[in-house]
Amino acid sequence: MSDYESYMKGSPHEVKVISKRFGLPNSASIDVYLASDGYKALKKALEMGPDGVINEVKNSGLRGRGGAGFNTGLKWSFVPRNIPKPRYMVCNADESEPGTCKDRPLMEYDPHQLIEGIIIGGFAIGAHQGYVYVRGEYRYLLDIVDRAIDEAYAQGFLGKNICGSGYDFELATHTGAGAYECGEETALLNSLEGLRGYPRVKPPFPAVVGLYGCPTIVNNVETLSNVPGILLMGAEAYAKLGTAKNGGTRLFCLSGHVNRPGVYELPMGFPLDRMIEEVGGGIPDGKKLKAVIPGGSSCPVLKAEETAGLAMDFDSVAKIGSMLGSGGVIVMDEDTCMVKALLRIEKFYAHESCGWCIPCREGTAWLKALLTRLHDGAGVPEDPDTALDASFNILGKTLCPLGDAAALPAISFLKKFRSEFEEHVKLGYCPHERKAVAAG
Amino acid sequence: MPEATVAAPPTNVTLAIDGKPVTVPPGTLLIEAAKQVGIEIPSFCYYPGLALQGACRMCLVSIEKMGKLQTACTTTVTNGMAVHTENEEVRNARKAMLEFLLTNHPLDCPVCDKGGECELQDAVFRYGAAETRFIEPKLHEPEKKFSSLVYYDRPRCILCYRCVRVCDEGMDVNAYGIGFRGAHSEIIPNRGDELECEECGMCIDICPVGALTSGTYRYKTRPWELTYTGTICNHCGDGCKTTLAVRNNVILRANNRDHSGFNGEFLCVKGRFGWDFVNSEKRLTTPLVRRNGKQETATWEESLPLIAARVKDVIAKHGPGSVGIIGSNRTSNEENYLLQRLARAVIGTHNVDHHRTGDFSSLVAALTEARATDRCATMRDVLDAKSILLIGNDPTQQHPLLAYQIRQAVRQHGARLYVVNSSDIKLALRQASVFVKVKSGGEASAVRALAGNDGASGELVLNGVEQLAIFREKLAKESDTVIIFGAEIRGAAVGQLVRWGLSSALSGRTRFIALGDYANSRGAADMGVLPQCLPGYQPVADEAARARYESLWNAKLPESAGKNVREMLDQSGGIKALLVFGSNPVKTFGLAREALGKLEFLCVAELFPTETTELADVVLPAATFAEKSGTVTNTCGEVQALKKTMRQAGTRSDLEILLALARQFGHEWPYRSADDVLHEIVAQVPGYAVALPNLLVGRAVPTQPAGNPPPLERDGLVFSSRDSLFTSGSVSRHSWALNSVDEAKQPHDHIF
Amino acid sequence: MLSDALKARFDQVITRYPVKRSAIVPLLMFGQDEIGCVSDELIEEIARRVEVRPIEVVEDIGYYSMLHRQPIGRYNFQVCTNISCLLRGGEEILEHCKRKLGIGHRQTTPDGVFSLEEVECLGACCGAPAMQVNYDFHENLTVEKIDRLIERLEREVRSQEPGVRT
Repeated sequence: MSDYESYMKGSPHEVKVISKRFGLPNSASIDVYLASDGYKALKKALEMGPDGVINEVKNSGLRGRGGAGFNTGLKWSFVPRNIPKPRYMVCNADESEPGTCKDRPLMEYDPHQLIEGIIIGGFAIGAHQGYVYVRGEYRYLLDIVDRAIDEAYAQGFLGKNICGSGYDFELATHTGAGAYECGEETALLNSLEGLRGYPRVKPPFPAVVGLYGCPTIVNNVETLSNVPGILLMGAEAYAKLGTAKNGGTRLFCLSGHVNRPGVYELPMGFPLDRMIEEVGGGIPDGKKLKAVIPGGSSCPVLKAEETAGLAMDFDSVAKIGSMLGSGGVIVMDEDTCMVKALLRIEKFYAHESCGWCIPCREGTAWLKALLTRLHDGAGVPEDPDTALDASFNILGKTLCPLGDAAALPAISFLKKFRSEFEEHVKLGYCPHERKAVAAG
Repeated sequence: MPEATVAAPPTNVTLAIDGKPVTVPPGTLLIEAAKQVGIEIPSFCYYPGLALQGACRMCLVSIEKMGKLQTACTTTVTNGMAVHTENEEVRNARKAMLEFLLTNHPLDCPVCDKGGECELQDAVFRYGAAETRFIEPKLHEPEKKFSSLVYYDRPRCILCYRCVRVCDEGMDVNAYGIGFRGAHSEIIPNRGDELECEECGMCIDICPVGALTSGTYRYKTRPWELTYTGTICNHCGDGCKTTLAVRNNVILRANNRDHSGFNGEFLCVKGRFGWDFVNSEKRLTTPLVRRNGKQETATWEESLPLIAARVKDVIAKHGPGSVGIIGSNRTSNEENYLLQRLARAVIGTHNVDHHRTGDFSSLVAALTEARATDRCATMRDVLDAKSILLIGNDPTQQHPLLAYQIRQAVRQHGARLYVVNSSDIKLALRQASVFVKVKSGGEASAVRALAGNDGASGELVLNGVEQLAIFREKLAKESDTVIIFGAEIRGAAVGQLVRWGLSSALSGRTRFIALGDYANSRGAADMGVLPQCLPGYQPVADEAARARYESLWNAKLPESAGKNVREMLDQSGGIKALLVFGSNPVKTFGLAREALGKLEFLCVAELFPTETTELADVVLPAATFAEKSGTVTNTCGEVQALKKTMRQAGTRSDLEILLALARQFGHEWPYRSADDVLHEIVAQVPGYAVALPNLLVGRAVPTQPAGNPPPLERDGLVFSSRDSLFTSGSVSRHSWALNSVDEAKQPHDHIF
Repeated sequence: MLSDALKARFDQVITRYPVKRSAIVPLLMFGQDEIGCVSDELIEEIARRVEVRPIEVVEDIGYYSMLHRQPIGRYNFQVCTNISCLLRGGEEILEHCKRKLGIGHRQTTPDGVFSLEEVECLGACCGAPAMQVNYDFHENLTVEKIDRLIERLEREVRSQEPGVRT
């Protein structure tokens, strides 16, 4: 169980759509959910019909909260209609992007909201079976979601003839067992089929050839949790909460050097500098901001000056060369060793590379080895360029986005904080560690 | 059944690759389209016929209007596509992939078996990616012994997964998996640290680098020190092409180096590793003559006249009908032809036969009677077949290439396989659409039930008597079925099967394959090593046929058929002198040592001491397939050329022995080489009018069955040796490789 | 031998999928939870139940980092040092655990009570530094919290030893 107080510190800037039940006593129970509009959206959806639901979600401007930011309604519309194969709705609850911990409270405090979203999504694409793929480390959430699914079955929201509509939908959880790569949707499908979590060659995309070779939609927990609210408040009202083409709110996970780290539901487009200062309470010990990773560790890092007035929506962040990603805002103060920070990030991607394709398998291991040596004081002057070259050689050449996830932060760190890398080479030690030892 | 409506041929797609226009069918992969215009896009993981991986990223190409580089191995062509395969961006990407690959790949090329024929080496050479900026320690793993024949060196492995796929998709053995992940990923075998498989070595052959190496070849030589000769494998009756790699008269490796022939890259464990008997120290290398009850070494010069003298002596005492000759399943067509000429035209007897491992003569008789002599299927036909009916035999064990062809037909072309067998053979369990399991020895009864269109008794069919009806019903909907039958179907049952197969019960062009065990089982029968048939299955009793050979050979032939192999071996049959060539009848026919005690003279030409040579008065050391030229005919009736690869001091080929023996009997035959004999065969033997140039360039040339052989004389003449994947009659006793693997020690019916 | 409860769970989990092999990873996880590691017997059992060859199960075990073939301590300290935890002292927490428990990464104390592992992001970034002990999250860690936790767990172990009364 997570420590509610530490995650939900609250902020006046919050606009609570999907986090509104967080903190209610017994918020995970179906009674609490039903008492606050629970499963009303489902009934509405069943009346609207699949096309109506898809259009509503499309118009809401809801974009995938897993990181890619693709319009959810549009994605649903890619599922072929008149084919005899079964279709599947899969919820990606394999949250593992460093800096991201938003799906956890969504499942812990409001599992029914997610389940309702999955059923509605399933209905929209004509699926009769859904799975919630929960990362292995989230065992307690698996139990919570399992209980909620049982409750939903008992009340007739799952199973045969849901709410008397004639629509059938079965839902089950599935546990992972420790693999970041399984957050990539085709790797997740392989994993769900009992195979190693290797990504698949695309095209064909899962919407056409997915689980067991059948049309499948894979959506993130936060994405699906938004669906009931959209149907209840209407696409237009939801879209208005955010910025153009970036409908609604977003759960931002503020972590690192802030006074009030936590998960906050803010409107799309909330400015980054204010997020750090006003929502996160600024940087501890009055230190200055050095850098921010805006959307989980795979996104290019931003220098302090780039955060000023930066609207946190998919398009604005992309415009300055980074990504909104999974909403993991990682804040680094002036004393952060950027070599160490990048090393830790690359160590992660090397550990998590599935090993299927050459540039990612060998490239991430190389970056990890090089940065370790450089940080330990055995760097050579060519190292920054070599690391940069290796990163560019990974970028855009791998089978799945994990390669880019490793290359993009490396490129941004090496370009924006090059002097720190050169300093390590010149000194032959890490100045930050030396300072810490001297101080400590 | 009406022909399915033929869909209009899909419109071809035109695109430009490096500015060269190319038009290919839709669905073609870019990497294949490029080959059409002579552009080779490098790749490691892509392998034609195997599943697509997109793993090695070597085939990245630039496609106009697409932001990122795309893998040519997974991209299908579209109209108007403009592709660049050699621009700077592409070359840099390839160089980058090679630099990545070499980060952990050891540069032990000087001691690597693959050095000189390594795809990674070639790619680095081509893209000049020799310099590395990688200065970190390389990951190291000790080499692993997966089996006595397969070793795995993880650091050299580039994880292209070809081995995993060929074992799964090609062999249907699934012996490989992938362990761990990321940079620590590795290929893992299926039984803990070891392989439990068919040991075919396809994984070694397909490995682009030196990660999988051969237990028989590793660290023995450099590939450029070898002399390569393409010839035909001498084990089973499938007739795979193979390239023997020889250094100093020692075979060091076999693989079908140029992938030519119907087997492509396929070889089974025997083909790839089971040639080492050739260089065995147990080979007979000098003639042996029995003196005072003991076999002593002798010279060829004394042995050959001795044989002639002893045989003449027997003829003088008991007449030519007291002499018998038993031929071989492995010697060449030319040798078999001369063997029966020696019997018929020199000694004057039709007492010439061999261990018949398949009933080719009944198949020929049935096809001739039905005027359907064009209905013998080739190995290639099996691959292309829409439906296949397999009765008896276990091809996975006894005809590995045939099994491979059947699996590919099913997997790649969607062919349906129907199986009748008394055992749960792997093809029946894994590939068959319908499997009728019959009681032991019940295959012929099943054919009778099928052909007679009547129900079978529940006693016959073990897995549900209704299976036979389902079988018949489904087969009736098929067309162009290839019917393959083992030695379980013989004599009258063959006739019944052929008549049914050609009747309206099956539609389209039904074709047939009779299975015989060894490399030239078919050829021995075709060449007339049969007591009732002259070459080309012409009955001995046929006066015109006899007359033709009498004038050709300038000799008078006896008028009635000779003794078959069982009659020759029967002490009461009156045989007094027996000449055995490349055969071990004592073992094959289960004779007691004393069984041949009444013989006055026994001569055996062999490769190794056997149960039969032990009893011989004269033993002649014969040459193996690798030491001779000639032709062999596979079980489908396809002729292919053997090429002399090496020599073994002291031995002589059966051809040389037969020529010399004829001379000892006062017959000067007009042949100086196997080629001379082949010319006579092509000109004279019905069905063998094959185009010699095709043979010369290494093709398999189908023959057309001809002749009108009389029915099978008696039961017990046609039976299979039931070799396993790891045995090959008596020669496999002398193969270290075949005996070294654990799987060979298991009961051979099923290794899985 | 697997417990009846586990067997029943296996039976139930397999029914969730149209293709049995989908159940491999969940079965491995639930089996490991009961047995303490992935034993040869468990591999055989799962392969039999989902109708695959054992090597296909072994392939999965190698891939997923939470699955292990060797038994580990009763309490597995999995300390995150990924970026958000790093910034808030995750490495110091790991070092402290090493000193306190006297073991390193992927090692187990001789009494089999504690294991230690440096792990990747656990999804507790807003509660950094964080760790999991078995499946339980411990967040906003300090050296003192670690000390108290170890003491408590040691007490628990002692109290469960035969002859000790709580």
